[in-house]
Amino acid sequence: MSVSERLHPGLNLAGTDPEAHEAAEEVMFGFWIFLMSDLVLFAVLFATYAAMSVQGIADGPRPAEVFDLTAAFVETLLLLLSSFAFGFAMLAMKYRESGRGVLAWLLVTGVLGAAFVGMELHDYYVMVTAHGAPPQASGFLSAYYLLTGTHALHVSSGLVWMAVMAVQISVMGLNTTVKLRLMRLALFWHMLDVVWIAIFTFVYLFGVVS
Amino acid sequence: MSNQVPADMPASEYEDEGRERLSYMVGLGLALLLTGAAFALVWFELLKGGAALAALGLLAFIQALVHLRYFLHIDLARSHRDDLKLILFTVLILLLMVSGTIWILYDQHIRMMP
Repeated sequence: MSVSERLHPGLNLAGTDPEAHEAAEEVMFGFWIFLMSDLVLFAVLFATYAAMSVQGIADGPRPAEVFDLTAAFVETLLLLLSSFAFGFAMLAMKYRESGRGVLAWLLVTGVLGAAFVGMELHDYYVMVTAHGAPPQASGFLSAYYLLTGTHALHVSSGLVWMAVMAVQISVMGLNTTVKLRLMRLALFWHMLDVVWIAIFTFVYLFGVVS
Repeated sequence: MSNQVPADMPASEYEDEGRERLSYMVGLGLALLLTGAAFALVWFELLKGGAALAALGLLAFIQALVHLRYFLHIDLARSHRDDLKLILFTVLILLLMVSGTIWILYDQHIRMMP
C-alpha cells in the first residue's frame, strides 16, 4: 500500500497501519459531515456580521477605530503555526508510532493555541476598557463578539480535547481508537484555522480598509 | 522529532514521510506568504477602496484553498466522490445563505432609511 490509496480527505494511514486505515473511512466521513455543518454555523455568523458591520454601527465606534491589526497579525501567526505543529504531531503518529513524539508536538500546538485564546481575551479587554466598545454598544459589536467569540470557544474546546487526548495517549498508547480520535481532532484544528482566515480578512482587514 | 530513520522502517515509507512533511512545509510557506501579502496590502495602503477589498478577498480565497490542500489533504482528483459531493454541496449552501442574508438585510436597510 502507498499513500495514494486514500479513503477519506485528511491524513490517511494507508501504508503504515492498514487496520486503522480501514476503520477510518466511516468515522472520518461522519466527522466531515459535522465539520461542514459547523462551517454552516460560522457562515451564518459571517453573514450577520457582514450586514451589521456596515449598517449596524449606530452611535458606537466604527470597526477601524477599535481593531488592532498588529494583534490580529500575531494571532494569525500563532494559529497558523499551531496548525502546522499539529500536522507534525500526525506525522509522528503515522510514521514513528511514537507516543512521546505526538505528545511533544501536541504540547507545542496547545501552547500556541492557548496563546491565541489569551491574546483574543486581551483584545476584548482593551476594546471594552480603552475603546468603550462592549458587545451591547451596537449591532456591529454584538456581531463581532458573537463571531470571534464562537471561534475562540471552538479553539478552547479544541484545547480541552487535546488535553483529553494527551491523557489517552499516555494511558492507552497509540491504539487504533486513539489514532482515529487524533485524526478527527487534527481535522477540527485545521478547519478552525481556515475559519480564522475568513475572520482576519473579512473582519479585521476589511474593517480597517473600509 | 528525530530525523533518523528507524531500522525497521522500509525505505518507501520514509520517502512518503519526507514527502508528507514537505507538503506541510510548503503549505506553511504559502500560507505565510499570502497572510503577509494581505496584511502588507493594508499596512502600506498599496490599494484603496474596492480594489483593496477585492484583492483581500482573493488572497483569503487562495489561502483557504492552500489550507484545504496542504493541511486538510483534500485532493479532489483522488478523494472519494461522497466526500467531494459533501464539500461541494456545503459550499453551495454557504453561498446561498451568505449572499441571501446580505442581500435581504441590505435591501431592508435601504427601505428603512429615513
